[in-house]
Amino acid sequence: MDLEYGARYEAFRTQVRDFVAEHRPTRPLRLADGKRQERIAWLSLQIEHGYWARTIPREYGGYGAEPDLLETVIMDEEFNKAGVSRGMNAQGPSMLVPTLLSHGSEEQRRRWIGPTLRGEVLWCQGYSEPGAGSDLASLQTRATEDGDDFVINGQKIWTTTADRAEMCFILVRTEPDAGKHAGISYILLPMDTSGIEVQPLRTMSGGIGESSFNQVFFTDVRVPKANVVGKRGEGWKVANTTLAHERNSLNANAEGKLMRLARLMERETLGGVPAMASPIYRDRLMKLQARVLSMKHHGMRMLTCSLKGESLGVAGLVVKLQNCQLNFDMAALAIDAMGELGVLYDHTKYERERGYWQAHSMLSLGLIIGGGTAQIQKNIIAERGLGLPREPKPKQA
Amino acid sequence: MDFALSEDQLLLEETLRSFLADRVPIERVRELREKACPNDRALWSALAELGITGILVPEAQGGSGLALLDAALVSQALGHAVTPTPFLASAVMVPTALAAAGGGASESWLAGIAGGELVFGVAVTELFSVREGAGVSLEAGALHGKAMMAIDACGADLLLVAVDEDTLCVVKTDSTGLEMTRLTTVDATRCTAEVLFDGATPEAVFEGVGSGIARMLDAGRIALAADILGACEAMVEQAVAYAKQRKQFDRVIGSFQAVKHMCSEMIAEVEPGRSLLWYAAHSFDALPEEAPLMACHVLAHTSEIAREIASVSTQVHGGIGWTDEQNLHFWFKRIGNARHLLGGPEALRQRAAELQGFAATA
Ligand SMILES: Cc1cc2nc3c(=O)[nH]c(=O)nc-3n(C[C@H](O)[C@H](O)[C@H](O)COP(=O)(O)OP(=O)(O)OC[C@H]3O[C@@H](n4cnc5c(N)ncnc54)[C@H](O)[C@@H]3O)c2cc1C
Repeated sequence: MDLEYGARYEAFRTQVRDFVAEHRPTRPLRLADGKRQERIAWLSLQIEHGYWARTIPREYGGYGAEPDLLETVIMDEEFNKAGVSRGMNAQGPSMLVPTLLSHGSEEQRRRWIGPTLRGEVLWCQGYSEPGAGSDLASLQTRATEDGDDFVINGQKIWTTTADRAEMCFILVRTEPDAGKHAGISYILLPMDTSGIEVQPLRTMSGGIGESSFNQVFFTDVRVPKANVVGKRGEGWKVANTTLAHERNSLNANAEGKLMRLARLMERETLGGVPAMASPIYRDRLMKLQARVLSMKHHGMRMLTCSLKGESLGVAGLVVKLQNCQLNFDMAALAIDAMGELGVLYDHTKYERERGYWQAHSMLSLGLIIGGGTAQIQKNIIAERGLGLPREPKPKQA
Repeated sequence: MDFALSEDQLLLEETLRSFLADRVPIERVRELREKACPNDRALWSALAELGITGILVPEAQGGSGLALLDAALVSQALGHAVTPTPFLASAVMVPTALAAAGGGASESWLAGIAGGELVFGVAVTELFSVREGAGVSLEAGALHGKAMMAIDACGADLLLVAVDEDTLCVVKTDSTGLEMTRLTTVDATRCTAEVLFDGATPEAVFEGVGSGIARMLDAGRIALAADILGACEAMVEQAVAYAKQRKQFDRVIGSFQAVKHMCSEMIAEVEPGRSLLWYAAHSFDALPEEAPLMACHVLAHTSEIAREIASVSTQVHGGIGWTDEQNLHFWFKRIGNARHLLGGPEALRQRAAELQGFAATA
């Protein structure tokens, strides 16, 4: 056991820290605030210095360094410490880019990876449908062949940022006669194609934060066959790389959040005494701290496995389940520690931290559901991790 | 960066686990529970030959001079096999305290522990919890008073007694003026005793050893957490194995989602718990300034997850889980007893808060 990163990495850490200190934006560059150009400039600068898209090949618009997990960890740690987000936490960079790298054509990679990483093209993920959520492979949106095109008809739902996205990576059924998993294709679709209608859905958090929720209707939407990623009918396999990336990208800075919660409990008074002075609230905080420390060191253990190229096994399968619930529970304590004022929201008088904890509570609940629900995670842990038998198929009526 | 067990540690774990499966299978544990003290001297000698009893004893005194992480792996294996041994007191807490206390007598006791001839118990409960008017005092060189829930004391040769937060004594268990009564608990695999002192003369008195006492408690807490985690692993393994084999409604119960989710929830606690344990044990030697906080958190946290796992793994077994015959109760009781042995979760979390300045020190 050796927790030192070594001199070379510590030098790298200093570089990252200096870069962040020198170039950090003075305010968050939220898309919703119309900060598009500043955002693109900031992402491009990060790529130029190798702090974003570090291991993406140069010909696709990345920095072109050899993959090095420890460098990634150090960059995340330093950006986190400074309270600055590294790169862009969106479905394009985290899901589409890795998918194109493993399944995309040369032409698709050259065209899309660079602009996606620089924030010039925003993507949405068109997977879920009203009738296909956890059971994603039962999706019904159809794409029928017509010359060099596919013509798409159907509906997607829960599509994050579809109202703002220029592009969508979508799963559609191209081979209606093939089996459930075999008939699906993964297609890149411009959102300004005629026949696409986006209807925003108001979320429980009232749209605070970056994301927005939508349903998307497709009526005779034409898309060239050349936009299929991987082989036609192999979309399920292609999408599964993406799903794996989605689960890995849920890496919250839990320790930072716990300390923020501790500061809040020292400030907030309940019945004239700080929440932190109450043994009841304090005990809850300490319980959470033990869980935060567990997950932090669990992350180090998983990182070590990845560095050695070892399988994470069942220990890796529990991460999403635990981290999402932990985030929700931290927000719950923060809300309780504010007493009756914990419900203030929408920038009202007396509101604390601009409604951060309520928004965080709702967002973390969303993440317990999104990207594979907690129950689906438990099925996976039991079946793949512990070798328990799969659910028997119901007998056909 | 390498947050993983070393080859040597994996080998130690494997060797000990197969030794225990062979020498102390559950049938043997059932026999040992009938004895006045379940700690078997023959087993202790065999463990000494493997270098286990002297795992923390310096090489100069014939030990292996290894780190607390190594001792924690041993402890975990012992919990996994519900083995009765005085490992916690004799091989973890006492060597840590004696190493800090120093002196010729300490060195010869350490050599005795490493050689397997000596067994120590510890009477330290009053450092963190005083019940039933307990408390030990040293008056004119003689011990008076009462110690409760002394760990591994019944079959021991010597007892390490905490007189106060700065003072330790070592006293022979057969001294005149010392009376020991085993206090039967639910857990037949770990013995605890009441010790009455009425003028017993200690072999040695160590004064001004406050930091050594604190280190001894940290080491004990981390090792006890490891024992608990090992017991948790065993309970999950038994539940999963049973779920794969027992049939109801024409299917194995492990294909019922309710049962699957019970198993998933258990393993989802065990695996991060293992990561926390490694770090806590590692911090004891490598990052000593972090160890007091980590010791509190790791013991409190494993105690909490263990209670749930003990309940859920029993439920997976249904009625048979509630019988003596099924054996699962040995683990249920082991973790139940451990929960308050070196401070309960609430007290440990209070201490964790104090250590970070979140609460006024009592
Ligand atoms: C914040 C957020 C963002 C999202 N963003 C996107 C996006 O950008 N693009 C996109 O395509 N989708 C997105 N989704 C959709 C998300 O992937 C689905 O909501 C999710 O997969 C669950 O599907 P569902 O909503 O249909 O629920 P269902 O599948 O209907 O689930 C309902 C309940 O039944 C349980 N259940 C279902 N099947 C099983 C089973 N086999 N065993 C046990 N329990 C089961 C579930 O756990 C859940 O409790 C997002 C969702 C959220 C919450």
